[in-house]
Amino acid sequence: MIEIRGLEKYFGTLQVLKGIDLTVPKGEVLSIIGASGSGKSTLLYCINALEEIQAGSVKVDGTDVHAKGTDINALRQKLGMVFQQWNSFPHLTALENVALSPRIVKGKTKAEARDIAAKQLEHVGLADKLDVYPSALSGGQQQRLAIARALAMEPEYMLFDEATSALDPELVGEVLDTMRLLAEEGMTMICVTHEMNFARDVSDRVAFFHQGVIEEIDSPDKIFGAPKSEHLQKFLSNIR
Amino acid sequence: MKNLPDLLEAGLTTLQIAVLSMVIGIVIGLALALIRMHMRGPAKWFASTWVELARNTPALFQLFFFGFGLGAIGVHLTPYTIVLAALSFNCAGYLAENFRGGFQAIPDTQLRAARSLGMTGWQAYSRIIIPQVFRIVYHPLTNQMVWAVLMSSLGMLVGFRELSGETQALASRTYRIFEYFAVTAVIYYAIVKFILGASRLLAARLFKY
Repeated sequence: MIEIRGLEKYFGTLQVLKGIDLTVPKGEVLSIIGASGSGKSTLLYCINALEEIQAGSVKVDGTDVHAKGTDINALRQKLGMVFQQWNSFPHLTALENVALSPRIVKGKTKAEARDIAAKQLEHVGLADKLDVYPSALSGGQQQRLAIARALAMEPEYMLFDEATSALDPELVGEVLDTMRLLAEEGMTMICVTHEMNFARDVSDRVAFFHQGVIEEIDSPDKIFGAPKSEHLQKFLSNIR
Repeated sequence: MKNLPDLLEAGLTTLQIAVLSMVIGIVIGLALALIRMHMRGPAKWFASTWVELARNTPALFQLFFFGFGLGAIGVHLTPYTIVLAALSFNCAGYLAENFRGGFQAIPDTQLRAARSLGMTGWQAYSRIIIPQVFRIVYHPLTNQMVWAVLMSSLGMLVGFRELSGETQALASRTYRIFEYFAVTAVIYYAIVKFILGASRLLAARLFKY
């Protein structure tokens, strides 16, 4: 379970998160929607401590992420992350991209890491690309590679930061399909997304961010069918 | 020319000291670049001063500093150590700037992605960032290697018997100055060509992406 209490985050004097309270139980798929700059992505970075926070707390399975004594490298293994810019490691083949962290972070042998990597690449539909360098992969394939790379650490939670926003339109589908597959397998997921169909069809709950606060959080039916907040109504009518 | 073996042996000395100073220069240059990017206070000042002095003063003066400068305050180094220290100092300063450019060319998000997988900062740098930096600075690195070979000829001014020092000694003994230096120029040329060729072969092996 991920528990966020009273989270505040500043960039300099600009407050981007203004007191976030959010609990994500195991097995839930939560989508976060909202305008650009509303703090959605920043929240994800605060969950795995890629950003520091100024007030409040984030707990993952009871461990305080931002506490001084927390082994953040161990904790991050529970929290797989997929970025908007997919960030494949260009100097490594697809297989090496995925196998590297199981080997050097988890201490698996070369052969074990290879097996894990091959399995995860097959999982995301890249079984025939093991020895290919990222430069020879499409954006959608690189993003699926990034998903496989995160999964190879056997995370309990997956954080998706606008995983399809940087993709050409025709490549979005294959990445969303992979995310759907993970949701069906029971992965706990927090997805910052602009894909409203995905948010509606796949999520258990949808949170609407507006200017650094969660203005509304509810089932997809309620969020998309009967939005209460004025900002949400406006947001939805603008994107339709 | 019966002294050719002597010259070739001195050529090996030249190559050896250039390679060694490059290795030292790469290690220190990387450290200087990282210090200048990530640290403040005296450490940053020290690293910046090093880079400034290495790049903005004549290599000859740097050599004299390690030879006569240190000698004046009672630190007497062997000619070999003087040349090695001066070349390493110089290489480290130039390479630090190259490395800094290389680091800046790698998006921050690469580091974030590596850290998000649970890698420590050290693992992320040694496995993800630095290998990519080396590709970016590979050609400047090769150039610096050539420069180190040519610059080592200054060694004869502090009595080091590398290629130029050896040539000087032989030439002054026989008075056939032009002939000796002409042959030596050919040997320098061959060494540089060898380095460029080896560098190209190595690049093909290292950078498959």
